[in-house]
Amino acid sequence: MKPRTLYDKLWDSHVVREEPDGTALLYIDRHLVHEVTSPQAFEGLRLAHRPLWRTDANLATADHNVPTTDRSQGIADPVSRLQVETLDSNCAEFRITEFGMSDPRQGIVHVIGPEQGATLPGMTVVCGDSHTSTHGAFGALAHGIGTSEVEHVLATQCLIQKKSRSMLIVVDGPVGPGVTAKDIVLAIIGRIGTAGGTGYALEFSGQAIRDLSIEGRMTVCNMAIEAGARSGFIAVDDKTIEYVKGRPFAPRPEYWDQAVAYWQTLHSDDGAEFDEVVRIPAAEIQPQVTWGTSPEMVVPVGERVPDPDRETDPVRAQGMRRALQYMGLEAGTPIAQISLDKVFIGSCTNSRIEDLRAAAQVARGRKVAGNIRQALVVPGSGLVKAQAEQEGLDKIFIEAGFEWREPGCSMCLAMNADRLEPGERCASTSNRNFEGRQGQGGRTHLVSPAMAAAAAIAGHFVDVRDIV
Amino acid sequence: MQKFETFSGIVCPLDRSNVDTDAIIPKQFLKSIKRTGFGPNLFDDWRYLDRGEPGMDNSRRPINPDFVLNDPRYAGASILLTRENFGCGSSREHAPWALADYGFRVIIAPSYADIFFNNSFKNGLLPIVLDAATVDRLFERATGGQALRLTVDLAAQQIQPAGDAPIGFDVDAFRKHCLLNGLDDIGLTLQHVDDIKAYEARRRVEAPWLFQ
Ligand code: SF4
Repeated sequence: MKPRTLYDKLWDSHVVREEPDGTALLYIDRHLVHEVTSPQAFEGLRLAHRPLWRTDANLATADHNVPTTDRSQGIADPVSRLQVETLDSNCAEFRITEFGMSDPRQGIVHVIGPEQGATLPGMTVVCGDSHTSTHGAFGALAHGIGTSEVEHVLATQCLIQKKSRSMLIVVDGPVGPGVTAKDIVLAIIGRIGTAGGTGYALEFSGQAIRDLSIEGRMTVCNMAIEAGARSGFIAVDDKTIEYVKGRPFAPRPEYWDQAVAYWQTLHSDDGAEFDEVVRIPAAEIQPQVTWGTSPEMVVPVGERVPDPDRETDPVRAQGMRRALQYMGLEAGTPIAQISLDKVFIGSCTNSRIEDLRAAAQVARGRKVAGNIRQALVVPGSGLVKAQAEQEGLDKIFIEAGFEWREPGCSMCLAMNADRLEPGERCASTSNRNFEGRQGQGGRTHLVSPAMAAAAAIAGHFVDVRDIV
Repeated sequence: MQKFETFSGIVCPLDRSNVDTDAIIPKQFLKSIKRTGFGPNLFDDWRYLDRGEPGMDNSRRPINPDFVLNDPRYAGASILLTRENFGCGSSREHAPWALADYGFRVIIAPSYADIFFNNSFKNGLLPIVLDAATVDRLFERATGGQALRLTVDLAAQQIQPAGDAPIGFDVDAFRKHCLLNGLDDIGLTLQHVDDIKAYEARRRVEAPWLFQ
């Protein structure tokens, strides 16, 4: 048989039928649901008198709108409250398992899926959220969908798809000390651009990727969408299988060996062909900081804000000028001289236990700088929060002057009360630095958790390698 | 879904690349549980000078005269001309809903983000890809003294600029068929119920843990 890529294997095993032009009906194993992109889909089902195809393939939680402060009074904003209540009632009506706002397992949809073992190797995973690519860390084919497709999956358990082209991104060799998964993926985006992966399914490989923990791999796959690719994934290895073992939704003992035997085939075969291959030497990757309004506008922490006058492409130069103006930055400013107003540690990119440990390690015994108005730590789920508290991380953060919050999306997109005010500048561990993403007029710099904690302590960006 | 027929409309030139879905429809409007009513908040941060919130009377808000959508030349525009990687960012279908609700039927750009591109077709909105040089030419014409009017013929896959040579475009055959006939994807898929059931039966044996 012809050597196949991991993408080929994942694709082939889910094709229900295929038209001569390549349009395929693809079966979906897991559908994750949250409050923002689902109400219109459930409404559509009801209007068309269509039943849900398969109840047990769905798992729901409320994350985007939930408050991260005391929840005993419910949600103050009536519009947000209605959206969360609509999810509750839809899940009750269609008998979908939901981790509601007061459930200890509630959290960001891309954190709870893997945490529960609801994301498994070899699955197709979809969710009405672009960061569904996160689940590719398990050797799964996972991508975001729009609300019409949410309805399509609810009604048919399938999606109409065409196969993407394939791109292999090899991060060769080990990364240096202090360089994290976030830095790797920002460096990849800096290299291929935010549209570099458009139309491709990305496979991440190479020693630097294999060396990452599963949580680190989730951080990398999470941001595949910021490189323009709907999905990004990583081959299964022992770490993947070890991570899945024993989780609530993992295969029952009688199926375990059969599942593992199958999962061990989930890698690209030797000699498999990709439409595109990109190689990045890991040793060149430094801790990264974005300076603009697109994740590709990124430089190592030791460098300066780039100069649009040196950009030869006029459309790009114009984009850079607009970004600098929005960000209130001058070309040539050293990144380390950019001072900050807020710090946000959280989001589906970086809110898992290892992220919190990395940030706490920097914060331990130090104090948040006086110019920082707010430094938030928002765990990705109730279980991450409980784990962190058991390890005493909450105390480290609180003693250093961080706020310790309830789980949710929070200031990643500022749909709840956590947001930047116009002109405020934030070091954030989230995934998007678009205009207004963290609040209208807010200025976002994307960094790793350790870099965010270091910036909170210093009041401006610093190379985390200089302080730990 | 509304059928897509040949129509003619004015071009609104939005000269930016990487326009993300949050710029198209800011997140505070995503709290709605409806599919309609997003048009007045399309490009809200750029279009108005104050901060928009759901439930505001948009007709009383201060508008940004420098934003292209507010330029009287482009009043009633139904074709959006823009730059690379349009619609990047979140998967929110509220973005095509807002564009369609405002009155756009066609978008022309050198490239789009995948999810947005896909979502557009499902809402009767036709995203056309043209090469950067052709897009440049259209920008020149659209930003001249007079608004540019185009006729878009999906069946013939042609754009006809007033007083100029026609421009051909590619479109996926299946998507074209669905748009022209106003077909609903779910209805189409449900014609294959037997195939889906057969697949599930096979997978229950191959991978039983997926059905536990
Ligand atoms: S944490 Fe941010 S990126 Fe992730 S799902 Fe929530 S809003 Fe989206």
